[in-house]
Amino acid sequence: MIKQILFIITLLITFGVFAYSVKRLWGFFRLTKPAYPIKNIGARISHTLNIAFGQTKIFRKPVIGLMHALVFWGFLVITLGSIEMVVDGVSGQDRLFASTGWFYDIVIASGDVFALLIIVFIKLFILRRMFLKIKRFAGVEMTPKANWDALLSLYFIGFLMVSLICFNMGYISNHPNGYEGVYPVSAFLVNLFGWDFGWLQELGWWVHILLIFIFANYLPYSKHFHVFLSIPNVFLANLEPLTKYPNLDSITREVKLMLDPEAAYDENAEVARFGVKDVEDVSWKNYMDSLSCTQCGRCTDVCPANITGKLLSPRKIFVDLRKRMDEKGPLVIAGKDDKKSLLRDYISEEEIWACTSCNACAQECPIDISHPNLIMDMRRYLVMEEATAPAGLNVMFANIENNGAPWQFSPEDRMKWAE
Amino acid sequence: MTIETKIDVPVMADVVAKGKKPEYLYWVGCAGAFDDRYQKVARAFAKILNYLGVSYAVLGTEESCTGDPAKRAGNEMIFQMQAMQNIEILNGYGVKKIICTCPHCYNTLKNEYPDLGGKYELINYTVFLDEMIRTGKLKLENNPFKGESITYHDPCYLGRGNGIYDAPRNVIKAIFGEVKEMKRARSYGLCCGAGGAQMFKEAEKGDKEVNMERTEEIIERKVDKVASACPFCMTMLTDGIKLKNKEAELQNLDIAEIIEKALNL
Repeated sequence: MIKQILFIITLLITFGVFAYSVKRLWGFFRLTKPAYPIKNIGARISHTLNIAFGQTKIFRKPVIGLMHALVFWGFLVITLGSIEMVVDGVSGQDRLFASTGWFYDIVIASGDVFALLIIVFIKLFILRRMFLKIKRFAGVEMTPKANWDALLSLYFIGFLMVSLICFNMGYISNHPNGYEGVYPVSAFLVNLFGWDFGWLQELGWWVHILLIFIFANYLPYSKHFHVFLSIPNVFLANLEPLTKYPNLDSITREVKLMLDPEAAYDENAEVARFGVKDVEDVSWKNYMDSLSCTQCGRCTDVCPANITGKLLSPRKIFVDLRKRMDEKGPLVIAGKDDKKSLLRDYISEEEIWACTSCNACAQECPIDISHPNLIMDMRRYLVMEEATAPAGLNVMFANIENNGAPWQFSPEDRMKWAE
Repeated sequence: MTIETKIDVPVMADVVAKGKKPEYLYWVGCAGAFDDRYQKVARAFAKILNYLGVSYAVLGTEESCTGDPAKRAGNEMIFQMQAMQNIEILNGYGVKKIICTCPHCYNTLKNEYPDLGGKYELINYTVFLDEMIRTGKLKLENNPFKGESITYHDPCYLGRGNGIYDAPRNVIKAIFGEVKEMKRARSYGLCCGAGGAQMFKEAEKGDKEVNMERTEEIIERKVDKVASACPFCMTMLTDGIKLKNKEAELQNLDIAEIIEKALNL
């Protein structure tokens, strides 16, 4: 009974803190602009099954991809077990889901095996991050704090798995005459040592559940918020061809007016800033991308500009967006301003202009973040609000306006190629 | 090298004036019209269309930039002005099917014009050629490249952008038998460095130019030819090969030029 009350209090605190974090982020989302309408749910579900649950993009790097996929699939089954632990804790029961029979056995057995696999992989991930010089784990955006965050997330997951196996071992020890579920790894360990692990049941249970609660509340402030947002982010992904860059409707209205002075002028049309200068100009999807990014760096790894030593790092664009929202979001909500902006104070023009829009980054991103479109949104701001494009581009604009070609040739000569 | 003679390219206004309606519009693009090197590709493709007896026409002086480079450079205003003027002309002629050689024009016409009222069936020329070969309409009996090896450089706007990876390879294989793939091929392909309006500006400061990175990869593959399917890629790769002084042993050819040579047009 005391355990039950203690657990319910802990659970309420967990939900309370989490609700606070969600409310804070919700406030930030409300500052953003609309993205595209979410239609075609059938296609989105199959896209999510393929990319998120099937992990197809993560397999583009086969070895590390398989390790990630196993951790992810393990996470899915272990989460079912965690839900049971919460229900058990609230109801004061033990293994309440065991009545599901063979389904229970499969989930619990695979969770037990996955827990061991995850411990091994997490250990390898930690060693790799600490001792192998992986190029994509470096870069200006990978601050000591970012690396520390990554390692802490790994340790969280590792200890979650250790405590789960401890709990299972204790449970087995305490039920010598038969127990619910199947535990290939834990039962093997109990038999191997032949000791009484009964004392581990209660301890393992509490450590596991408290780690879940603490981790869940750490995540909204960590790059590993990925755990919550990556699947929704894939579901809400832009399903258009990568190189389709969205139309700017506010410009369409203006162009129609220019081409046809008779066209009705819509006074109610919102006059928004063209392009993106700061966090209020991005779409909710851009911001969600920034919260979902786990900083794996696969985007930056394949970026032709980055490969050839330019400043641009597609990952940095989204790391900066999230940081800037953390900084500016509360100010805007409080009705203040700090005279800084995402563009220039965080992301330089030099970065923005180095993009070739080749979409290698977007192709690679395991959770479908669209980097080039946000980069080009910032170009829109620079060009249409400030008229500050590199000189060569201004010449190109003038040529198109005057000759209908990006180079200086007369439109009268358009058939010369055939002569 | 044969002396270039005038090719008989039907212009839409003339064809329509004669009361005929061509099945396809061949969108030549600014590079096809004006770029010294890429004009040869436009010529090659027009010759192939003539050889196949395809019912087509070009817009000629009525064609204007799709606006792609302006859009990628952030100038949505110029892009939409161009787009709306082009759409007016295309819709005026009742154009239904457009064949493009330039993947940037292709992408813009296919993916970005519909939102502005320009809805057409877009056909990339590599897909068109692949189809002609597969259906037996285009018979390739001669191989002017006997004993030579070739690799293929994926244009970003064709591959990653629009999922066209196999068609250009099929066309190459019809002549060369195989494509010696680079490590960074298909969806892993490395950009030539000219997309996103980079073609028209100086590159930002860095260790090297993107086209040199790609050229080095091509040279490492030890092939006699590198095929491309984009005017920007062609400029970047040709420049890269020139800077590496490899012009004697390595040439950049467009997919259309390969077929042109094979047909001895």
